[in-house]
Amino acid sequence: MAFLKQFYKNALPLTHVQHQDGTQLLEISDLAVRYDGTTALESVSFSLDAGQRLAVVGPNGAGKSTLFKVIAGVLPPSRGEVRIYGYQPGGHICIAYLTQRSLVDWNFPVSVADVVMMGRIGKLGLFRWPKREDWEFVRHALDSVGLADLAGRQINELSGGQQQRMFIARALAQEAELMLMDEPFTGLDVKSQQDILQIIDMLRQQGVTILASTHDLNLAGDHFDRVLLLNHCMVGFGDPQQVFTTERLIQAYGGHLRLVESDSNMFALSDTCCDEEGLHEHPA
Amino acid sequence: MNTLLNLILEPLNYAFMVRGILAALMVGAVCALVGTYVVLRGMAFFGDALAHAILPGIAAGYLIGGGAREPLFWGALLAAVISSIGIGAVSKMTNLRQDTAIGIVFAGMFALGIAMISTVRNYTVDLAHFLFGDVLGVSNSDLALIAILGGLILLAVVLFYKEFLVLSFDPLLATTLRLPDRVLEYLLLILIALVIVVSLQTVGVALMVAMLVTPAATAYLLTRRLPFMMVLAAAIACFSGAVGLYLSYYMRVSSGAAIVLTCTAFFILAWGGRAIRKARLEKLSAT
Repeated sequence: MAFLKQFYKNALPLTHVQHQDGTQLLEISDLAVRYDGTTALESVSFSLDAGQRLAVVGPNGAGKSTLFKVIAGVLPPSRGEVRIYGYQPGGHICIAYLTQRSLVDWNFPVSVADVVMMGRIGKLGLFRWPKREDWEFVRHALDSVGLADLAGRQINELSGGQQQRMFIARALAQEAELMLMDEPFTGLDVKSQQDILQIIDMLRQQGVTILASTHDLNLAGDHFDRVLLLNHCMVGFGDPQQVFTTERLIQAYGGHLRLVESDSNMFALSDTCCDEEGLHEHPA
Repeated sequence: MNTLLNLILEPLNYAFMVRGILAALMVGAVCALVGTYVVLRGMAFFGDALAHAILPGIAAGYLIGGGAREPLFWGALLAAVISSIGIGAVSKMTNLRQDTAIGIVFAGMFALGIAMISTVRNYTVDLAHFLFGDVLGVSNSDLALIAILGGLILLAVVLFYKEFLVLSFDPLLATTLRLPDRVLEYLLLILIALVIVVSLQTVGVALMVAMLVTPAATAYLLTRRLPFMMVLAAAIACFSGAVGLYLSYYMRVSSGAAIVLTCTAFFILAWGGRAIRKARLEKLSAT
């Protein structure tokens, strides 16, 4: 037993790092990622303070998921650096990656509470079973996203919005300080999107930093502190007003975008907007 | 009632039947437990391939050991480990899809095994044993080996329950929780290999995948929570093992085939039962 525990500890890529004082929550400098000869990301540099909300916007295949995976420490950068509180992401357990809902097996035989409990496993350690405090944590997390009544449900009984809220609850159970949400709004109706946005506001008050990828420019502009416009390269980063210019949007989307300007709003009509499932549920 | 009791007790007069039933029970339980992950992760083809790919290992053990059990076992385990790594290496280094890589390694290894066994003169008899199992030929030392390895497999499944759960449901979560995902992934492959080697004598290489997949799939139809699925799958597999052996005894059919057919019958029952229940529920909600 002691041997196995030692083995398990040594097998970890890094022991969990402490946060360094006086460092920024997220700092990315000159990041590039290449897989088998193709460039997924190139010259991305930006930084975020704790509690900021960033929308990552760009066409399909622009490298949004790749960026999130590098920040989560799942993919190694080919060049440049990602630092979270001064350290490489691979040692942190305070980063939550919320998988795209379309990539999840919703028939997996687990309940909502089971999934949220998965967030506690990093803190539990090997050969330990969840204790009363852990279930208490799970209950609290479900409560704060309004899913307390559905704790015992099988996950395929949830609506899209509830699925997304369950993953946020799991990130809360993980005690994540940085949440990476991959397409959290895709395929949701307006009401469910509003619910998620409200929860994001609540998380911000708790000092949680949020990165969300989205195709919806209006949503990104209205509800996020910063936007990052991405098409393999970083096209723009900063305040939504400054980043979403006609010129930059065309640079990011190329010929696949038609901009329609009305009195107060700008609409972006794009034929690369959503993945195929998204298109069915979410006609643009 | 008495006649039924007699039907059950009579075969137990034979020591080989008792040993066979004990082996079928133990093997059924561990196969179904590990098979739960095989079903949930969509690894049925991998399991089938691995079962076939151990044949050259068995053949080598057979040729070296001259029929002793130990070398067969170690040969099978070694071949299983080499095949798992080989499948990963082929798909990674050639950009071929994993199922293609599995097909290549599986057929190549299986052919190598057949070629090796065919060098022995009376190979048809021996080959049949490996392909279709010989649960009634289980010896006391085989039983002990099955019990020890089965116990180890059970221990690993219980100890690493939550890690395997996370890894199977959301591998990215396993990485961001900084679990040793590579180690766990290999551990699971080794567990599948061990299960296959342990069950070899019960159903043989050709029908192995049924023991891994069918009871777990039956349980999947009937439950919605992983722990229940595991327990139910193990119960179905044990029961099928015993029933199959009795059927084999009374109807004089091959024991491995009888066990697998019983598993299949339970699957069809569960499927039908679920369809009927669904239709009833729909009728209820319609009125």
